[in-house]
Amino acid sequence: MTTLEANNSLLPMGQGSLWKRVKRDPLALMSLGLLVFVALAAVLGPFLVPHDPNQASLGSVLAPPSAEHLLGGDTAGRDILARLLYASRYSLLGALIALGTALILGVTGGLIAGYYPGWFDGVSSWLTDLIMALPGVIVLLAARAVIGPSMWWSMFIFGIILAPSFFRLVRSLVHGVRDELYVDAAKVSGVSDFSIVFRHVLTVVRAPIIIQMSMVSVIAIAVQAGLEFLGVGDMTIPTWGSMLNEAYSKIYIAPQGLIWPGAMIAITCSALVLLASAMRDALERSRGASRSRRRKRGPAAGNTRLTSTSVSESTRSVETPESSALEVIDLQVAYDDEAGRITTVVHDVSFSVARGEVVGLIGESGSGKTQTAFSALRLLPAGGSIIRGQVRWKGRDLAALSEKDMEGIRGTQIAYVPQEPMSNLDPSFTIGSQLMTPLRRRLGLSRADARARSLDLLDRVGIPNPKRTFEAYPHEVSGGMAQRILIAGAVSCDPELLIADEPTSSLDVTVQADVLDLLRDLQQERNLGILLVTHSFGVVADICDRVAVMQQGRIVEDGPVRTILRRPAHDYTRSLLAAMLQGREPLSMLTDTGEEGTHE
Amino acid sequence: MSESPPLLSVDSLVVEYPAKGILTRPFRALDQVSISIGTGETLGLVGESGSGKTTLGRAVLGLAPVASGSVMFAGTEISHAGRRQRRSLSRELQVVFQDPYSSLNPSLTVGEILAEPLSVQGVSKVDARARVKELLDKVRLPSDAANRLPREFSGGQRQRVAIARALALSPKLIVCDEPVSALDLSTQAKVLDLFLQIQRDTGVSYLFVSHDLDVVRHVSHRVAVLYRGEIVEEGPATRVTERPEHPYTQRLLLASPVPDPDAQAQRRAHRKGLAVQRQEQEH
Repeated sequence: MTTLEANNSLLPMGQGSLWKRVKRDPLALMSLGLLVFVALAAVLGPFLVPHDPNQASLGSVLAPPSAEHLLGGDTAGRDILARLLYASRYSLLGALIALGTALILGVTGGLIAGYYPGWFDGVSSWLTDLIMALPGVIVLLAARAVIGPSMWWSMFIFGIILAPSFFRLVRSLVHGVRDELYVDAAKVSGVSDFSIVFRHVLTVVRAPIIIQMSMVSVIAIAVQAGLEFLGVGDMTIPTWGSMLNEAYSKIYIAPQGLIWPGAMIAITCSALVLLASAMRDALERSRGASRSRRRKRGPAAGNTRLTSTSVSESTRSVETPESSALEVIDLQVAYDDEAGRITTVVHDVSFSVARGEVVGLIGESGSGKTQTAFSALRLLPAGGSIIRGQVRWKGRDLAALSEKDMEGIRGTQIAYVPQEPMSNLDPSFTIGSQLMTPLRRRLGLSRADARARSLDLLDRVGIPNPKRTFEAYPHEVSGGMAQRILIAGAVSCDPELLIADEPTSSLDVTVQADVLDLLRDLQQERNLGILLVTHSFGVVADICDRVAVMQQGRIVEDGPVRTILRRPAHDYTRSLLAAMLQGREPLSMLTDTGEEGTHE
Repeated sequence: MSESPPLLSVDSLVVEYPAKGILTRPFRALDQVSISIGTGETLGLVGESGSGKTTLGRAVLGLAPVASGSVMFAGTEISHAGRRQRRSLSRELQVVFQDPYSSLNPSLTVGEILAEPLSVQGVSKVDARARVKELLDKVRLPSDAANRLPREFSGGQRQRVAIARALALSPKLIVCDEPVSALDLSTQAKVLDLFLQIQRDTGVSYLFVSHDLDVVRHVSHRVAVLYRGEIVEEGPATRVTERPEHPYTQRLLLASPVPDPDAQAQRRAHRKGLAVQRQEQEH
């Protein structure tokens, strides 16, 4: 049960989790306390004061605070405290009407429009745009002219004007959830649409709705007070706005009359705003946490070494000739989280990649293979750092280099081919401009030269129509083409080493074969060293000279590719190879645990 | 297997997704596709991304718009089944999706997820709880998993939860949409074993969709190859995956690398030879 609670707090959607997080925020608790106080005053207040809010007595016109009139009397000699309490009641009720109307219309509309694409979605979105284009206050003034001074009606109409804010929020959230596979699974199970919306969709949208509610309440209170202050509201009932209006008329005689209603509006609105922002913080923090769990290993700049213990005791650090390229010695990579805990993800990893050599780094997810590759580029995601060991490159330790010196090496000496080609091209620039930028920046080529070279590169990597692709945007090319383009970009500044992180795992096998052919040709043509991160023994067999097998952040075995694949020495390598399907009897059990179960 | 009438038979199925504009033609994801699956049989469906293999699985499940053709399941036409018919169908027809992350609602516990299909069928809470326990045992997850949230489990374990959900109502056919492609090699082996074991125990049929020829060969009795919305080759699993006749299947086979450098070099040379041949034919 305790683990459940601990994990609940990270859950992005649940209402309970939002409350748990907000509970820990003192500012949010204070705001909530104030709101409860205002609400209680509005509900119970009128029973506690003996005066009628509309009972005027000439003797107490603008009377100072006294035992009988705790806050004094107003312009007409009415008890200010009584009026204030009744005003809270009416003002809050008015805001609730606006909020309720907006909620009912906006949320139901948003749920339906988001869940069922079709005419309702079209019509309601059009209507929403129309309402949003209307100037709200002017509509309210016009409505007053037609239906007379009624706070209830004007707040109801204002609720309609506010509904689009809920509608748009809910519709876009539902859109996102509708295509989740668990909704499909529920449909397959025959769950009715109504249950799907309540069970699977509403859990996702409720927290944002609650946050939006408090913002909408602020607007409703402010606009309502504004209307009443202008005098277009119903003057027979006390509200904060009408109290302001009355006090304003005597501002030179009794300015203190403005203080009380003004304070109520200020306190209520600021409490709501603070509460909303606290809830938003809580929600975003939990979203962030859940995102980091599935963190794609996207590189983030600006990470520094925790400690710079460039070890010299390592005996393996032999003086290497300049051409021998990359040598990683006793590398240790760790992450520190917000709580300050440090998790080591790579332990004492050593290997080398010579010029013209293809070295594979193979392992399952979480084995640290990508972390090792990123360390060589010094592109570890935020929070990650090299805490020990060296990355030797041409007689220098890259792990100890300044960020500026490192920039001089990335791209021109060591280049990178990413895993997901599509997310590594910027969708808002043409492919040509993305290829030309490094050529012009790093090699100082002129525009025309950079263009010519880019076209050559595109042609070299097997793009059928280089000119058209040069002018295209990333969304106009396929995944296989995008990977070719990224390879072209990687070799554009003539590097000596390529670091390729699962360069083919997101591609179809036929495309994978072509991309591997391209990498092999380029490697031979330019005598490139390649460090290839992969999880596939087939890819290793296809292109690598040597391979290192990683498990839980350590290299368990490395050597020439034939030795490792044919006569693996380590149990883990054997178990990985045993899990392969090639050469296995079809429909037979692959693992021992499977065989165990046959007696069931 | 061939004597009994097929459990599922799809005949000349066409699936079209409506186009964005009014003047553009709808996108035809499947064109005149026919397949059949017998009781206790696995049909492997292989093809690359965009070939329509996932769409075929979704059409069987009623999640894709069928333009024409028929889907017969246990003698009933189900291509346009409404939600009520689906509800009774769900007892016999289930699904395991590719992504074990988005196929489980993150805010429900594993127990709640597994109980959902049961409660739709009106199973009482007490019975459902007992059944959940049984299911977790079947997919070899600890019984305390019921009280935990999906995020506490690894990809392979989540896929076991998804399999348990599919098994909840003891279906006759499970559509498996790339169920192991998001998993690591050793996890993949264990999950494939689980699929085979369940079939041995319960006699369930699978429509097994995958892009991986090796996976499909391992679990299937028969294999159909989809290419651009059409079935280009179909036959016994070993024949199609080892001695393919259609050029596309041949290309597919030669493109999947083998874990031995020399054998792979041979395969590569073979593939390049075929590619050159193909180019010569085109000219």
